[in-house]
Amino acid sequence: MIGHDGLWTKTFRYITCLLLVTWLVLPLIPLGIWSVARGWFFPDLLPRMWTLDAWRYALSDTSGVLDALWLTIGISLAATVLSILVGVPAGRALGMYKFKGKEVIELMILAPTIVPGIAVVLGVHTVFIYLGLTNTVHGVILVHLIPTLPYMTLVMAGIFSNYDPAFEAQARSLGASPLKTFWYVTLPAIMPGIIVGGLFAFLVSWSQYILTLLVGGGRVVTLPLLLFNFATSGRNDITGAIGMIYILPGILILTLTAKQLSGRSGAVGGFGRI
Amino acid sequence: MTHVSIQELTKVYPGADAPALDRLSLEIASGELTALLGPSGCGKTTTMKMIAGLLEPTSGDVRFDDRSILRDKPEHRGVVMVFQNYLLFPYMSVADNVGFGLKMRKTDSAEIKRRVGEMLDLVKLPDLGDRRPSALSGGQQQRIALARALIVQPEVLLLDEPLSNLDAHLRFEMRDLIRSLQQEMGITTIFVTHDQEEAVVLADRVALILDGQMKQYDRADVFYKRPVDEATARFFGGHNFIPGKSAGGIFDGPLGRLSLADGAVEGAGKLTFRPENVRVGQGDGNNLSAKVADVIYLGTQTRLKLRVGETEIDAVVNPNEVEGFKPGDTVPIHLPPQTLWVIS
Repeated sequence: MIGHDGLWTKTFRYITCLLLVTWLVLPLIPLGIWSVARGWFFPDLLPRMWTLDAWRYALSDTSGVLDALWLTIGISLAATVLSILVGVPAGRALGMYKFKGKEVIELMILAPTIVPGIAVVLGVHTVFIYLGLTNTVHGVILVHLIPTLPYMTLVMAGIFSNYDPAFEAQARSLGASPLKTFWYVTLPAIMPGIIVGGLFAFLVSWSQYILTLLVGGGRVVTLPLLLFNFATSGRNDITGAIGMIYILPGILILTLTAKQLSGRSGAVGGFGRI
Repeated sequence: MTHVSIQELTKVYPGADAPALDRLSLEIASGELTALLGPSGCGKTTTMKMIAGLLEPTSGDVRFDDRSILRDKPEHRGVVMVFQNYLLFPYMSVADNVGFGLKMRKTDSAEIKRRVGEMLDLVKLPDLGDRRPSALSGGQQQRIALARALIVQPEVLLLDEPLSNLDAHLRFEMRDLIRSLQQEMGITTIFVTHDQEEAVVLADRVALILDGQMKQYDRADVFYKRPVDEATARFFGGHNFIPGKSAGGIFDGPLGRLSLADGAVEGAGKLTFRPENVRVGQGDGNNLSAKVADVIYLGTQTRLKLRVGETEIDAVVNPNEVEGFKPGDTVPIHLPPQTLWVIS
């Protein structure tokens, strides 16, 4: 009940809000400034000169930023679509049915979120070499499924645990084929989960570094790889510009889906299990 | 109009000791409204789902007009099932819900619109087409679920506990609606219920299923007058079961020699009679003298606990007939012969 909160609760809320802003937004400010600065050294509060050179370079053909951007979008979209295709049936099985060894399977699905990616990828790497999947975009998409699938599956398991399959029986009884039943009855019911899980999958794939680096072998240059190159070479201005481009999808997605993520929707229920 | 024949239908769930349904056989005349009655877990919903094609029977057959339908997919069976909790699709308007079955049959949209309108008129909710199902009351949802099922003109309609979620005053209204639509469209209808009152008020014939087996299949009144056994009689509210022996129209037992009507079972058995058929006062035959053990006033009727010797008898009578009766009184009663029935 708003209005009945004590002073302490109110203060606590402001403090957490402030901390959150400090933690999440403040680090981005220098990044933004850098992208339009020339010569910004220690004692100065602001740069001496302003310029759009870094942006001009970042958006030019020579930098490869735009190529990397399209490639990253492509890989992340593909990983998202595959995650949905695998995560929806898997989530249905976990959310709706009881079967032997369910706990073990749940743990195995969760494992990639607990075990460090680098530990997983060294094993995967050998297998991928054998299958000829290293240094290819396909290989990168496939390896991105390791961290994206747990999110997708768990979101869908949350959705399906609140889902009544009798609606499907009802649709069949009214004359719908299995395909039409899925399209008209199941899909609308699980859409919030697909959207939330899909966005998570997209963002998780978007931010992969180690997996892309090892499996892509440096041939598949996604935005985070490019960003890291510029960051280590000391070009703060270009790093700032690419950084701004890199965080754009995250901000867009968060603002677009704030409602679905607010915890009131059933779609985030599955995260209780993580 | 479709004749439904259920033959030795059996369902054993994997891992279960006893079959959920054990060799149920039932002939349902076309256009008839039949109740499958039984306590929860007796196998009646299982039966329904097997007819609808939502569950595979272990053995047995279901035939519509002498054609087995077990190989048909649920969407091609000509059966529509209405679930107990209505299951209106929450993402569609009421009109889209009602028109769903026609849309699946690729009826063109103008025709769907026309027939949805007709159907909404028929269930007396003509103005609710644009609403969401969540905006409807329980009774309205029930009507829409019925409209959605009837619009496809199924050969056989299945209803799962059609009255049990409704308030008392809505039950009779719904009963009349179901009966009138069913008769008008001539749809063979089977419904399941655990409530004997629901079965009696709605059905032409009732099949009583206890522990996965069919006990009796008859018109509703027969269950009161001529139950096949004690369990059946008890399910319909019978209380009086008196052991003894029946021979030549006379029942010999702890109440003495009582005369029976024609057609009674011969040999050792139990005498049973409805509490409401016990008469206070002298009558033609079977006169007894009973001691009043308890008088329970129930408003429109009064329940008497009586004792004849060591035998307890339950009676339900008109309150006016027993005004002033107190525990300990000795009163005359009689049991009209045509209301007595012997079960083996």
